[in-house]
Amino acid sequence: MTQVNINVHHLTRVEGHGNIVLNVNDGKIEELKWIVSESPRFFEVMMRDRYYEDVNHIASRICGICSISHSTVSLQATEKAFGVKPSEQTVLLRKLLFNAEVMESHILHIMFLAAPDFLGVGSVFPLINTHKDIIVMSLRLKRLSYNLAEALAGRKTHPLSCIVGGFAKLPQYSELEDLRKRLEDALIDLATIVDLFKTLKIPDFQRETEYIALKDENEYAFISGQIASSDTGLTPVENYLKVTNEFCVPQSTAKYTKNARDSYMVGALARFNINHEQLLPKAKSAAAELGLVAPNINPFMITVAQLIEVIHVVQQSIQIIDRLFVIGIKEEPHQVNPKRGRGIASVEAPRGILFHDYTYGEGGILKEANCVIPTNQNHNNIQKDFEALVPAILQQPEEEIQHTMEMLVRAYDPCISCSAHMLKVSFK
Amino acid sequence: MKPKVAFFDFTGCEGCQLDALNLDAQDLIDLLNGIDIVNFREVMTERSDNYEIAFVEGSITTEGEIERVKRIREQAKIVVALGACACIGGVNCLKNHVPMEEALRIVYGKDAKYYNTIPARPADAVIKVDYYVRGCPPSTSELVKVIKALLLNKKPDIPNYPVCVECKKAGNICVYEKGQTCLGPVTRAGCNAICITSGRYCWGCRGLVDEPNIQSQKDILNKYGLTAEQVIEKFKIYDTCSEVLK
Repeated sequence: MTQVNINVHHLTRVEGHGNIVLNVNDGKIEELKWIVSESPRFFEVMMRDRYYEDVNHIASRICGICSISHSTVSLQATEKAFGVKPSEQTVLLRKLLFNAEVMESHILHIMFLAAPDFLGVGSVFPLINTHKDIIVMSLRLKRLSYNLAEALAGRKTHPLSCIVGGFAKLPQYSELEDLRKRLEDALIDLATIVDLFKTLKIPDFQRETEYIALKDENEYAFISGQIASSDTGLTPVENYLKVTNEFCVPQSTAKYTKNARDSYMVGALARFNINHEQLLPKAKSAAAELGLVAPNINPFMITVAQLIEVIHVVQQSIQIIDRLFVIGIKEEPHQVNPKRGRGIASVEAPRGILFHDYTYGEGGILKEANCVIPTNQNHNNIQKDFEALVPAILQQPEEEIQHTMEMLVRAYDPCISCSAHMLKVSFK
Repeated sequence: MKPKVAFFDFTGCEGCQLDALNLDAQDLIDLLNGIDIVNFREVMTERSDNYEIAFVEGSITTEGEIERVKRIREQAKIVVALGACACIGGVNCLKNHVPMEEALRIVYGKDAKYYNTIPARPADAVIKVDYYVRGCPPSTSELVKVIKALLLNKKPDIPNYPVCVECKKAGNICVYEKGQTCLGPVTRAGCNAICITSGRYCWGCRGLVDEPNIQSQKDILNKYGLTAEQVIEKFKIYDTCSEVLK
């Protein structure tokens, strides 16, 4: 196409508000942008001067999809500031809670936000008639993840029982026994979804970039470990600013990040590329079935990597429940003595590496906060992908170009309203 | 004709909309038999501006959002505020406690001049709201209850008594007995006291009951040796109590 004018205002089937602009004149790309138009949130202001007990309650409200990630990293940052070390039981319960979110968030993206593109419809709603079995299965998996989070933290969206130093309420054995059975069944449902994905045509687009994720020598990292880069190796979490290097772009509505190259990728594919050897057996074999081999440099495969991760967290959750049955779940005293000081923590939210950096003053009052959000770290990479992808597909009809660009952004599963830093700028 | 329903999001975490999809398959199928969802950006590509019932989520925090929510009000016969941000302002109002210029400076530093924001406010500070689905987040069952009531053209039955009533029924020990503070005595019930049952306390996310018993809350504070100031500071989070507890 020699003339193209694409202006997607508030892209659909993504969390938050973003726009795509492409103007081609006489075969030449004049403007090509991924633009974020989310209203600013000011969480760093909202958490300031709050008592530590309420900080994770507020932090979880950064995002409705990944509230458990924000709550967990918030608790860890506060614990680091106060010198609190959580018990084995607390770490196991936190991992289980975290897995519930990874499972729910990924299924939501894979089946409700991304799958309609592959199946040629505009939303999940028509699929209820055409693909009823698989949608019923997806809703069942979502319901299981909600119930798992409810058993551990009262609810999934904005969890309650997880607190600094431990849990304010513990799950019942009977609940965990029931959930364990349903997790076993979930593996059967997931095998059916893997079969569906074998039949879908994933766009083939290759662009190598830098991949960044947490790495823990003991397991496929979600809530522990150091920062690992495919380019620059390991960096302690405390030095995150050296990796994220946030900067403002005058024409953009979001802060961008970069490390060794112009941009880097975070999220399921980055984690897979860095930690694939630590996937549990069922996840490894599903990856082989779906042709996902590390290093994979096709961003459209993020959705496939998410599916592999769901299988991993389901299998790991069964192992965690078994371990809890062995050690026994008991009330633990969680004595917290607030101290002045700084605490920096990081987790792998479903969409990628997430940092919270807190400075506490006297009496457990938070004085300063900085949050670096996965989606902010991906914006620059989405832009660079656009710049590589669009020239290669310019000969296609305009609606196909637009559809491929929308699918690319959706593949990143952006979580735009997470973006505590984001701002509003008017574009003509 | 099935009523046409639209979901719109303003400033917030979008958790309320996403929880709306937390239904059993049969419940979702039943719901879709009763309503026609014509606009729901977060999960569907199709968008229509021909709708009768609009759910608005999030608080209003920019001039552009004021205009947008007014346009929605002009189109919709019924506007429902979904969640704490839309109903009472929610956590976004925490930034209202500092001047907007300072809020911008804290987050954006030297680049603050490029950005704009206005104090956060609930939907009904800008437009008339017909119904409220309260909570942060609301329970899915309450959302379904409100939709059912709308379809039957009836007023949804939302409790107008304090959380303490449900908390007692749930068999919880009063958190004041545990040395903590709680907004349960003045906050509207309907949540089954989920926060207290989960080991925490009430932050007032559902807003105040219509005629809160302020004296009773003061008596409780006195009994446990607490001052109103301590509680106001602690419970600014949803901005529900700063006026009432004076």
